[in-house]
Amino acid sequence: MVPLSWYMLLSIIVFAIGVFGFLARRNVIIMFMSIELMLNAVNINLIALSHYLQDMRGQILAFFVIAVAAAEAAIGLAIIIALFRNKATAHVDEIKEMQG
Amino acid sequence: MIQQLFFIYFAFAITGLSLLVVTRKNPVHSVLWMLLLFFHIASLYLFLNAEFMAAIQVIVYAGGILVLFLFVVLLMNIREELRIGKYIGAGPTGFTFAAALLVVVFMSLRSFVAAPPGIYSIDLIKKETHTMVLGKLMYTEFLYPFEITSLILLVAIIGAIVLAKRRLKT
Amino acid sequence: MELQFYHILIPFLPLAGFIINILLGKEVTRFNAHWPAVLSVAGSWVCSLFTLRDVMAGKIIDADLYTWIVSGTFKVSVGFLIDPLTAVMLIVVTTCATLIHIYAVGYMRGDSGYYRFFAYLNLFTFCMLMLIMGNNFLLMYFGWEGVGLCSYFLIGYYFNKKSAADAGKKAFIVNRFGDFGFGIGVFIVFLTFGTLHYADVFSNVSSIAGKTVSFLGWNVDLPTLIALLLFCGAVGKSAQLPLHVWLPDAMEGPTPVSALIHAATMVTAGVFMVARCSPIFNLSEVAMNTVAIVGAATSLFAATIAVTQNDIKRIIAYSTCSHLGLMFLACGVGAYAAGIFHLYTHAFFKALLFLAAGSVIHAVHTNNIQEMGGLKKYMPITYAVFIIAALSAAGVPGFSGFFSKDEIIWSAYAAHTPVGKLVWLMGTAVAFLTPFYTFRLIFLTFHGENRGVHKAEEAHGHNPHGSSHSAHGGGHNSHGHDSSHGSHGGRHIHESPKIMTIPLMILAVGAVAAGWVGIPPILGGGAHFAEFLKPVVGHPEFHGTHAEEWAVMGLSTTIALCGIALAAFMYLRKSDLPEKISKQFSLIYKVLYHKYYIDELYNYTIVKPTYWIADKVLVAITDAKIIEGIVNGVPGAIGRFSQKLRKVQTGLAQHYGIFMAAGAFFIIALALLLR
Repeated sequence: MVPLSWYMLLSIIVFAIGVFGFLARRNVIIMFMSIELMLNAVNINLIALSHYLQDMRGQILAFFVIAVAAAEAAIGLAIIIALFRNKATAHVDEIKEMQG
Repeated sequence: MIQQLFFIYFAFAITGLSLLVVTRKNPVHSVLWMLLLFFHIASLYLFLNAEFMAAIQVIVYAGGILVLFLFVVLLMNIREELRIGKYIGAGPTGFTFAAALLVVVFMSLRSFVAAPPGIYSIDLIKKETHTMVLGKLMYTEFLYPFEITSLILLVAIIGAIVLAKRRLKT
Repeated sequence: MELQFYHILIPFLPLAGFIINILLGKEVTRFNAHWPAVLSVAGSWVCSLFTLRDVMAGKIIDADLYTWIVSGTFKVSVGFLIDPLTAVMLIVVTTCATLIHIYAVGYMRGDSGYYRFFAYLNLFTFCMLMLIMGNNFLLMYFGWEGVGLCSYFLIGYYFNKKSAADAGKKAFIVNRFGDFGFGIGVFIVFLTFGTLHYADVFSNVSSIAGKTVSFLGWNVDLPTLIALLLFCGAVGKSAQLPLHVWLPDAMEGPTPVSALIHAATMVTAGVFMVARCSPIFNLSEVAMNTVAIVGAATSLFAATIAVTQNDIKRIIAYSTCSHLGLMFLACGVGAYAAGIFHLYTHAFFKALLFLAAGSVIHAVHTNNIQEMGGLKKYMPITYAVFIIAALSAAGVPGFSGFFSKDEIIWSAYAAHTPVGKLVWLMGTAVAFLTPFYTFRLIFLTFHGENRGVHKAEEAHGHNPHGSSHSAHGGGHNSHGHDSSHGSHGGRHIHESPKIMTIPLMILAVGAVAAGWVGIPPILGGGAHFAEFLKPVVGHPEFHGTHAEEWAVMGLSTTIALCGIALAAFMYLRKSDLPEKISKQFSLIYKVLYHKYYIDELYNYTIVKPTYWIADKVLVAITDAKIIEGIVNGVPGAIGRFSQKLRKVQTGLAQHYGIFMAAGAFFIIALALLLR
């Protein structure tokens, strides 16, 4: 039997990789994929907990996370397309209109 | 023992694939590695007796979201992408804080206390089948959140269209 | 009996009318704004009739609609108390409001602020109805301030005109003095009784009799304190001495406003409040005597001023002051029913006087009676109703004013106290002056030669009738009507349209017959009115024989007729006599003409010092040095600081992300450390 903490550790590692990708990468699409990575890390955690605690709510929550991730991907990618169209770049460090 | 071995394989594969996803210079490669990553995660769900979740993981993520990513990636100028550096100037700082976050969350893992187990034992789920159990809950106790999710998706569809369409010349 | 839907509709129909007109008036209803306004008020009149029926059947309703404020032991509900007193007030307010709304359709036609006028008039009706229907002090206070606010809006309705805007401010500020006392009175009621609900307060009222409290260092009798503070509010709202100064200036508002707010309803709120709080007032002889003397003094004072004034609306305004004084006089001698009875009859004849005066102004475009005269043949209907209203106001037997005024004077006489006798004398003097100045007004306006035609013609081009010979600053051509009616005004004096004359005729019926419900037993009537109100306000003990009652009535009637006769003699037979008298007694005449110099007195003792303090202390020191220093210094410092701080805002999303991650890291680390 695999201990629950192994799953949690895996989840944490994947989450941290996602955080790193989001904070360090220049390409906006990779940043976006990092977000999906983080969401997946959370899902692993939720489903593992649901299994070990014998409570379905974790999986329901994971289900909603997937649904919201789909919505977010649709909107986010639409924003990226709009960005390409207006700025002709996919690099976040070139977008600094909000600079103080 | 065999379970542990399987888990260790999948854990290392998922970690490695995640690293590949965030470190590839070519976004197309990232997307393809991510595809593989999602299949591994789906397999992990199968170990956790969550067949339905494994199925939607493959269908929604691998089948839906990643295809969207691929489409968008194809709009990009890959050559320009390969020429320029992967990381922003503050990349090392980002790495530091991601690592720091990993450490503190890992340390907090020790204080995890499991709640008393609920009624959905493995036997029950096996008897009723996973999809049935999930569906019953979804359409009774979680009906409102479920319906709201559908609304969120609707809004997302409309929003995506509005954001991505070309402005009509008036 | 439970609260019925039509009880709730009474105040909320006008509110609905207000909301419709204020939101849609500019775009949608515009010059049809009178439809929602008139219909809503008429609807609440119908509901009031149903309510009157319930009350006549002996039902008293005290029910909460919903809980407004709960804080510790402090609990206030929005609830209605419907008893005979409320029912009488409802009938007075809704009847007058309906007729005046209809009248205003004609009077205000074509005015650019048509919808605004009706919206405010409706809002006023709503507030007034809340004031009289509320079942607790806070709701009364709400209505009290609400009507004050609407009064301010409507006096300053022609806000382009400085005198109107100033008059509005004056009314508002002067009322503030009274309302301050009223507010403190309400606080003390709460402190004493722990509740503001009428029923709870009045059922425990005997427990405070004779108690004293320390107030500003003096030991004062608690009931006296509460009663006098509440009366403070009444003095302001009902324009009694010494806070009467706003009412004459309030005539800058359109005439329907003067009729509704400054004659029939709002100004009588003070009398209503005193009657409503009669259990408290009854406990304090000092307060009762104060009420009686203030009322009588105001009555006499205002009546003497009215004799010399030349502005048609101001004369009626002083007359209103005087009649309100009579009502307080009645309350002060314990005859609350008589006071409310006079309130009820006064509402009809005074609203009629105002509306008829409005009709005159509408026709001749001046307020100055010296420029009128001979209007009888041009405006027969207006003349007829004016005469009826005047006879009623003068207290000529048979008209409604007679019964109520006689009851007040008899109550004062029969109270058999020194104060009662004093105020009886003053009341009798007023009974002489009232017919005199009312008929002076009529004779100067409707009889004799027309002294104003050429002026009216001349007035056509430029701003007419500055009333330069009236002393108060700023001419009071207070109805700003001329511009919109310039095309047909001036040259032809004409009777007002039907929409204005029909309400006048209905009110005339009221002015004659409204009093017949309260004919005293001595004249063969049943005094139904006093009996009706007895459960609420009680009945004073009279010590008088029938002979005395006949004598008092005979005396006041005789001198009232003398007043009319004297007016007729001076202004019809010997029209040069008034001028001679004013020359002969020029000092008295001047004092009266300048309204006892009260405005000037206030100007020098209150207004000027306030201005001086505002200018030299507040502006020069507080404002320029302290406030400006803070106001300019703080933003300057923040500005310099933020110039530095803005460098943090790089505009790069990932930098913000790093801050987020760092924040999450520190919070989790802190949680781990503190574990």
